[in-house]
Amino acid sequence: MASWPLLSFTTFLPLVGVALILLFCRGTSPDVVRNVRYIALWTTLVTFVLTLFIWINFDARNPGYQMVEKAAWIPDFGISYHMGVDGISVLFVVLSGFLMPLCILAGWESVQTRVKEYMIAFLALETLMIGMFCALDFVLFYMFFEGVLIPMFLIIGIWGGPRRVYAAFKFFLYTLLGSVLMLLAILAMYYVAGTTDIPTITATQFPRGMQMWLWLAFFASFAVKVPMWPVHTWLPDAHVEAPTAGSVILAGVLLKMGGYGFLRFNIPILPEATEYFAPLVYTLSVVAVIYTSLVALAQEDMKKLIAYSSVAHMGFVTIGMFALNQQGIEGSIFQMLSHGVVSGALFLCVGVVYDRLHTREIARYGGLVKNMPKYAVVFLFMTMASVGLPGTAGFVGEFLVLLGVFRDNTWVAALAATGMVLGAAYALWLYRRVVYGKLVKPDVKAMFDMNGREVATFIPLVLVVLWMGVYPSSFLNMTSASVEHLIQTYQTKLAASHAASGVSVAAR
Amino acid sequence: MTAVFPDIWPALPEIFLAVAGMALLLIGVFRGDGFTRPISYLTVVVMLLAAVLAMGYGAGRVVTFNGLFVMDGFGVFMKVLVLVSAALSVILSLGFNEREGIARFEFPVLMLFATLGMLMMISANDLISLYVGLETQSLALYVIAAFRRDHAKSSEAGLKYFVLGSLSSGMLLYGSSLVYGFAGTTSFDKVAALFAGGAHVSTGLVIGLVFVLAGLAFKLSAAPFHMWSPDVYEGAPTPVTAFFAAAPKVAAVALFTRVLIEPFGHLTAQWHQILVATAILSMVIGSFAAIMQTNIKRLMAYSSIGHVGYALVGLSAGTQDGVRGVLIYMALYIAMNIGAFAVILSMKAKGVMLEEIKDFAGLSKTSPMLAATMAIFMFSMAGIPPMAGFFGKLYVFLAAVAAGDYALAVIGVLTSVVGAYYYLRIIKIMYFDEPVVVVDKVDDDGMTGILVVTSLFTLLFFVAPAPILNGAAIAAAALFAG
Repeated sequence: MASWPLLSFTTFLPLVGVALILLFCRGTSPDVVRNVRYIALWTTLVTFVLTLFIWINFDARNPGYQMVEKAAWIPDFGISYHMGVDGISVLFVVLSGFLMPLCILAGWESVQTRVKEYMIAFLALETLMIGMFCALDFVLFYMFFEGVLIPMFLIIGIWGGPRRVYAAFKFFLYTLLGSVLMLLAILAMYYVAGTTDIPTITATQFPRGMQMWLWLAFFASFAVKVPMWPVHTWLPDAHVEAPTAGSVILAGVLLKMGGYGFLRFNIPILPEATEYFAPLVYTLSVVAVIYTSLVALAQEDMKKLIAYSSVAHMGFVTIGMFALNQQGIEGSIFQMLSHGVVSGALFLCVGVVYDRLHTREIARYGGLVKNMPKYAVVFLFMTMASVGLPGTAGFVGEFLVLLGVFRDNTWVAALAATGMVLGAAYALWLYRRVVYGKLVKPDVKAMFDMNGREVATFIPLVLVVLWMGVYPSSFLNMTSASVEHLIQTYQTKLAASHAASGVSVAAR
Repeated sequence: MTAVFPDIWPALPEIFLAVAGMALLLIGVFRGDGFTRPISYLTVVVMLLAAVLAMGYGAGRVVTFNGLFVMDGFGVFMKVLVLVSAALSVILSLGFNEREGIARFEFPVLMLFATLGMLMMISANDLISLYVGLETQSLALYVIAAFRRDHAKSSEAGLKYFVLGSLSSGMLLYGSSLVYGFAGTTSFDKVAALFAGGAHVSTGLVIGLVFVLAGLAFKLSAAPFHMWSPDVYEGAPTPVTAFFAAAPKVAAVALFTRVLIEPFGHLTAQWHQILVATAILSMVIGSFAAIMQTNIKRLMAYSSIGHVGYALVGLSAGTQDGVRGVLIYMALYIAMNIGAFAVILSMKAKGVMLEEIKDFAGLSKTSPMLAATMAIFMFSMAGIPPMAGFFGKLYVFLAAVAAGDYALAVIGVLTSVVGAYYYLRIIKIMYFDEPVVVVDKVDDDGMTGILVVTSLFTLLFFVAPAPILNGAAIAAAALFAG
């Protein structure tokens, strides 16, 4: 299997689906549209199976990059096509593969206009996402990272809600603004190291002064992507206006690109700056956890509420990461995975009722438990997972993060824990207003329960959330060796530079 | 032994072009306007043959005509670029000129002579030959800007271009005379040798240099000497605008680069700040002024001002990496610019040309392929990977970062975000808005060919970028070796 370019195959398989759609599906007759949907579904399913192969193939005890592929791309410039996964990225690849068929299913009936373009956009998005998690060359990484903007811009702008144009522009320009600064940082590193190869650059020691600037440039990009307070304002807009599947991918995978970026670049490449700026990240994250939870309480719009809850949950992720110990980082990776599944599922839950009533206003609903019992069960389960009930995915991540950060800074742990309480408040209150209460509104009464397709969409999500909550080891085992290696790299480099600066102080 | 008769081989593409141009002119005179299409095709063939002839030279540097003319690897790269973009522009003009009733045989011939001037500019090795090349180009361009002579806007464009162009030529000449006065020579090689020997740099010479650069910046439409370009771009017939935005830009950039690196290469301290200021102004004006435009041709004018700014970012580094970045940038810029103009030239409803940005509304519904092509070019111009435009920006900013011009690089990337806004606006209008007019099908084979080739090039450049990147690297090395 080693000689088989599994990663490239997985990455570019969705583009084969795009080619099939472009070549064989002409016109807009119902048959053609059905074919387009099935081609997209099968492509994403096969891609998901391939990502599972990657998972099976992955040796959890090996902390290094695996299934590495390297080919000359622009040899004279030290830029190569370099792909590989380690324990930090492998599960994100699986997550992307897992969510994509569900997204295709989510748009099965609700998307009736320009179905072909819709499916092409999602397939292209899948290639870019998987490629981004596998890329081991900065230019390659940047291409995938930025390329994501193009299909997402179109998805929000074409199939979005009433304020879609504003949201699409805000999403695009905010993210682009952060990313171009990262591009300059990449160029500066390239200039020092003479290559854009990520493993080589990770082994390079950058001068302290330079690290600070580089760190800030990377931070500008990833903080917008995560998003961290106060640069999170694009997210509620983008989520509210995006079609359901767009929100799922946005919350499920795109936000993780920021967290992944911190783990892959800021911490191992720029350890001194990481140490220096960790309090900043703590502060912003704690503000995010508490403030956005409070903001979420005040929301009238279901999607906006979940969007703010995403900001809060991602605040946990960044807190855990910058605790810089085994529990914290593993917890933050786990939290990202669980948030990817849970928030994706919550957006799908909103999508289910939105498809029926075409409004996301919380006050328009109420009493759904009476006429939509299946829906009420799924929604309750996902709400609990979001709150972090033990036995669900949400608990493990938050617990590990709090454990990790408690070892580093008890105050931050205490403040973050209040965020969990607030999280329970807004999530349960949302559930109470939508599902419980009296079923009085005539149009809500007329809503029917989930159909077979919708149930089929949720079953895998529920199972995965349970699996992650009950037996998290199957996920944590994958990450632990690489996280250990990451912390080791961080500490070795930090010790080396401290020793060096100590020597220079002594010499003075 | 001194050669009595100069070595004409390095100038073979130019000589071939001149002779062929005169022959085509004669054919045109005898056969009349009805023969425009064959003459246009022949012009394309001649240009491409000249490109093949130019490619016949290696990277070695040859100087001839008593040091007035130089041919090197840099010249080869730039000449091929100019010739290819000129040939594509001729193809673009065919359908438009016939529809608008301005299909005269002089048109391709004038374009050919303009191209001849550009090749001369690229190979100029002396302030005199620089001026001759520049004027050969400009005179032909003035005429084709006003080619639709019964149309007020076109005549206005031609006149405006002529008056302002003459002004800039005057500044250039004035600067040249100052340089001659203080350096005692007009030859690039001798000026370079003078400063390589550590000669004192007098204030008069620096003033001369500033005038020369101002004159060239005019031709390049770099801010603050850009004000002619939106009017001329808007008024000139669209194929002429397409031509203006492509080949003459390349030639002017080539000339700018050669003048800065060869004769004044040792005066980096003197011209660096001028270039930084020009680059920043061009990027800022190019991105902010474009936001408010309603006419697509004016928008493209501002966009090209911005692109010149990015190219100058690379040049301002004054290093081999910088020149390489400029060359890559120009090569990719040409592809997307010609492609974008091919889309603009395809925008017609019931045979009437559409030039307003709002006419693009809903294009993705009425003609999806045309909209997709335009979207590719717009994303590329905004510098979003994986489109080709991203690589252009990558290499110019790399040069700026390597040279330590961090402020310039940061301003550059920030203005590129502003620029992204108006490129996205066009995509928004095409994809998010409802159609107002139904755009005609593209029925011109040449146009379709250009659309397909340029859009595929822009979209798939990342698959095999090495040939162009390496070609640019070799060309840049050749300039610095000389």
